[in-house]
Amino acid sequence: MKKQKLVMVGNGMAGCRTLEELLKLAPDMYDVTVFGAEPHPNYNRILLSPVLAGEMTLQDIVLNDLDWYKHNDITLHVGKKVTNIDRIKRRVIAEDGTVADYDRLLLATGSMPFILPVQGKDLPGVIAYRDIADTEAMIEATRHLRHAVVIGAGLLGLEAANGLKLRGMDVTVVHVADWIMERQLDKPAADLLMKSLEAKGLKFALGKQTSELIKGESGRVAAVRFKDGDAIPAELVVMAVGIRPNFELAEKSGIYSNRGIVVNDTMQTYDPRIYAVGECAAHRGVAYGLVAPLFEQAKVCANHLSQFGIGRYQGSVTSTKLKVTGIDVFSAGNFMGGEDCDEIVLNDPAGGVYKKLVLKGNQLVGAVLYGDTADGAWYFQLLRDKQSVREIRDHLMFGQNHVGDVGHAGQSKAASMPDEAEVCGCNGVCKGSIVKAIKEHGLFTVDDVRKHTKASSSCGSCTGLVEQILASTVGGAYQPAESKDKPVCGCTERSHGEARKAIREHKLLTIPAVMHFLEWKTPNGCASCRPALNYYLISTWPHEALDDPQSRFINERAHANIQKDGTFSVVPRMWGGLTTPTELRTIADVAEKYQVPTVKMTGGARIDLLGIKKEDLPFVWADLGSAGMVSGHAYGKSIRTVKTCVGAEHCRFGTQRSMAMGVKLERMLFGMWSPHKVKLAVSGCPRNCAEAGIKDIGVIGIDSGYEIYVAGNGGIKTEVAQFLCKVKDDDEVQEYAGAFLQIYREEGFYLERTCHYVARVGLDHVKKHVVEDTENRKRLHERLLFALQGYEDPWRAAVEKAAVRREYQILEVA
Amino acid sequence: MVTWKQICQLDDIPRLGTRVVRSVAGNVAVFRNGEDQVFALHDKCPHRGGPLSQGIVAGSVVTCPLHSWKIGLENGEAMAPDKGCAHRFSVKIEGSSVWLQID
Ligand code: SRM
Ligand SMILES: Cc1cc2nc3c(=O)[nH]c(=O)nc-3n(C[C@H](O)[C@H](O)[C@H](O)COP(=O)(O)OP(=O)(O)OC[C@H]3O[C@@H](n4cnc5c(N)ncnc54)[C@H](O)[C@@H]3O)c2cc1C
Ligand code: SF4
Ligand code: FES
Repeated sequence: MKKQKLVMVGNGMAGCRTLEELLKLAPDMYDVTVFGAEPHPNYNRILLSPVLAGEMTLQDIVLNDLDWYKHNDITLHVGKKVTNIDRIKRRVIAEDGTVADYDRLLLATGSMPFILPVQGKDLPGVIAYRDIADTEAMIEATRHLRHAVVIGAGLLGLEAANGLKLRGMDVTVVHVADWIMERQLDKPAADLLMKSLEAKGLKFALGKQTSELIKGESGRVAAVRFKDGDAIPAELVVMAVGIRPNFELAEKSGIYSNRGIVVNDTMQTYDPRIYAVGECAAHRGVAYGLVAPLFEQAKVCANHLSQFGIGRYQGSVTSTKLKVTGIDVFSAGNFMGGEDCDEIVLNDPAGGVYKKLVLKGNQLVGAVLYGDTADGAWYFQLLRDKQSVREIRDHLMFGQNHVGDVGHAGQSKAASMPDEAEVCGCNGVCKGSIVKAIKEHGLFTVDDVRKHTKASSSCGSCTGLVEQILASTVGGAYQPAESKDKPVCGCTERSHGEARKAIREHKLLTIPAVMHFLEWKTPNGCASCRPALNYYLISTWPHEALDDPQSRFINERAHANIQKDGTFSVVPRMWGGLTTPTELRTIADVAEKYQVPTVKMTGGARIDLLGIKKEDLPFVWADLGSAGMVSGHAYGKSIRTVKTCVGAEHCRFGTQRSMAMGVKLERMLFGMWSPHKVKLAVSGCPRNCAEAGIKDIGVIGIDSGYEIYVAGNGGIKTEVAQFLCKVKDDDEVQEYAGAFLQIYREEGFYLERTCHYVARVGLDHVKKHVVEDTENRKRLHERLLFALQGYEDPWRAAVEKAAVRREYQILEVA
Repeated sequence: MVTWKQICQLDDIPRLGTRVVRSVAGNVAVFRNGEDQVFALHDKCPHRGGPLSQGIVAGSVVTCPLHSWKIGLENGEAMAPDKGCAHRFSVKIEGSSVWLQID
């Protein structure tokens, strides 16, 4: 088939991102031709600020070098501005006469700096701040000129002023409004920011309107005069008063434009062959000026260009970060509040910290942070997901504690961290290497950083910190991971929720069926999506869906835990933490017979035999099985342990028989697979010796029955379990616990612990379905029991069934 | 000396699965992909020696069980941004038997 022709006008960040996404989806579909008015390949415009500040060089900020275009067979015309689009003949014509035919046209012409219409605006020495040429002109000016005036104290203006100051100029920032960054900050935050900028040597003239730029003897600009008659010296004037979407070319060619090239949710203009992305496009009346939304547009546009046709762009909520080293500012959403809004404010001017959260009803709608922006990403996520914050309202202001977990205590200001500070404790990655990777490879997402540096790729507890570093390095350009709609993995555009829904509604029973139905992009998925799909299948259609061992992680496939040397560990179940002399004797015998190097008590109150060769596993299990011991599932996304205390059976304080209760629960749940592992504990009284407060389900005996707590976690990030309800007897404990676990099993996303699940859906949701609705609770519980019916000990299966045993056998060659 | 050895029947290896062959050259992981092609690599991840045979196979890639490096089955090369290579062995299917070349 002959390739179609795609022409792109505007070789900037949004356009090139669209091409990158397109090449990922359909590398061979188009012959691509690109026109760019600037004489450069695509570069990271955002990083012009660090270049101006002397922190980076122009070479550092190239995103797609000339080799990239060549390698992808893209015809590139740099330094050629397109002046005409002939929509009848379907071709574009550049200033120098170059012509290119198109089947599809992509407009990505960005925007133009707005220039104040005052006298003297065209004088030499008056510039805007938009591209490499402007930046070079500024750097040149700093070499021999003294006075700079920046008009406009928005993000761009402040970054320009900071850079010029660092290069030794005397800089005054002029601003019409009463405080700086008034479109992103409220006055208290702006005042703090201004104070720290003044401490860096910047001067401010607020509430001043420029009336004229005065020409000096040299013919250059020499001063700025204001409406009130005052004037200040200026040999360099930088106008940073806003941008205008650049739709001149489109409008001239008859493509409907109104404050931008008007596009629909698939990024098409009124001429369906012509798409527009980036700052030049107006979507639902909004033209965005930050790259995060532009990248979302790019993704959708590429999806349509490649004829996948499933993405829709529905607009974005944006957040702002100022890229001035050592200063942390964050703002998002409706930060001014207003009617029907509540404000929670923390103001510590001496400590240099100000935080304001704006709530409307139960939702966070806006946030301004100054001085400590560690929780910016978290607030932004709450805001975008429109999640109810009712239950966390009282500690919302104190942040997610995301940062400051294991190994990072006390470290919360990413921007001020030294380069050598370790960020990821698991993989030994320090801040400097993360920043370097972000700059060198032009990374914008936590996922990218994870791939390139391994930071936050293991336990994930430093994710918040990595986000922070990303945010402070690339400004508002970073895209926080979306919790709800994020695709399962690179194999698909579908989210976990969509996959679950399709499996349920269309009764899909095998992984290939799901992949086919949801148009997976890879033939058999990957190590991330297959285990997730396998779990969704077996939890939605127990006894019907096919459980695929090849889509389970080795631990679940081999029913033991893989160790760093490739051997395995074996943890037999000890119901409720109880054991017998016979069991202990058998364990001792096994340990001797198979020369087990390490025998250890686990944190889950049972015994671990570590260092067993895979081929020995079925024999070890056969011996353990002879004493009645079965798999402890210490390896699975499944029921792990039910920890108990001695309880009323022996303890002088015990109010309930916690050991018996624990054993009942553990027996009931044997063989339960879940989105992530599940741990329970039962204590006989509120002294709580079984640590029920940090379990997925914690049960505490009281005189009148039991209290049930849910969604605790003692792992990466300690979460205290939340009170669910009181119940009167053992049967009710089983029913409520069973119902809670079943709703988690049905609604949880793969690898979401109960604490994450409940944080996502809210405890109210759980209470409504598990506590308040008796009928529903009983149905949930019954569905759980049905799923668990007839579960066979997997160890025994490996001992008895030749087909299963094969997994453990090594092939020998003579 | 280069010799071909018959190691098993194709059906002894699960689709999208692996078997381990013990040989004079150390353990060899023999993989079967979704299209019933077979591949063989030294059973040692170039990262920290993890047993690749215990990974998850998808497309023509195996994900190491220890730290999730992705290793190409055809050439043993780690996928970018990781770098490293697991030694490759020749394998072939004749009729329903799988043959491995041990060198
Ligand atoms: C054996 C044991 C440590 C010990 O020697 O005591 C252990 C060993 C491992 N834990 Fe654990 N955890 C063990 C108790 C715990 C506990 C304490 C407990 O269960 O009371 C916790 C905190 C409680 C909790 O989970 O809420 C714990 C929190 C974790 C986490 C963090 C989970 C989280 O959601 O934050 C991981 C990582 C994961 O699952 O992703 C983990 C993962 C692991 C893995 C499976 C790592 C891996 O993926 O290979 C370790 C396997 C070692 C091996 O080679 O066998 N282990 N782990 C404990 C086995 C308990 C058992 O009898 O089943
Ligand atoms: C100094 C600075 C700092 C910034 N900091 C941040 C930040 O921290 N965070 C953030 O999110 N955003 C930031 N931005 C904004 C961000 O850079 C832009 O939102 C983004 O670059 C817009 O991408 P685009 O592709 O729409 O436009 P551009 O990147 O401007 O690309 C458009 C390109 O099209 C070319 N062009 C226009 N018309 C034609 C034509 N007729 N023919 C051929 N070529 C044409 C232009 O020359 C330009 O190269 C910053 C911007 C600047 C200037
Ligand atoms: S046993 Fe748990 S805490 Fe210990 S090293 Fe392994 S994962 Fe980390
Ligand atoms: S040993 Fe294979 S990824 Fe580390």
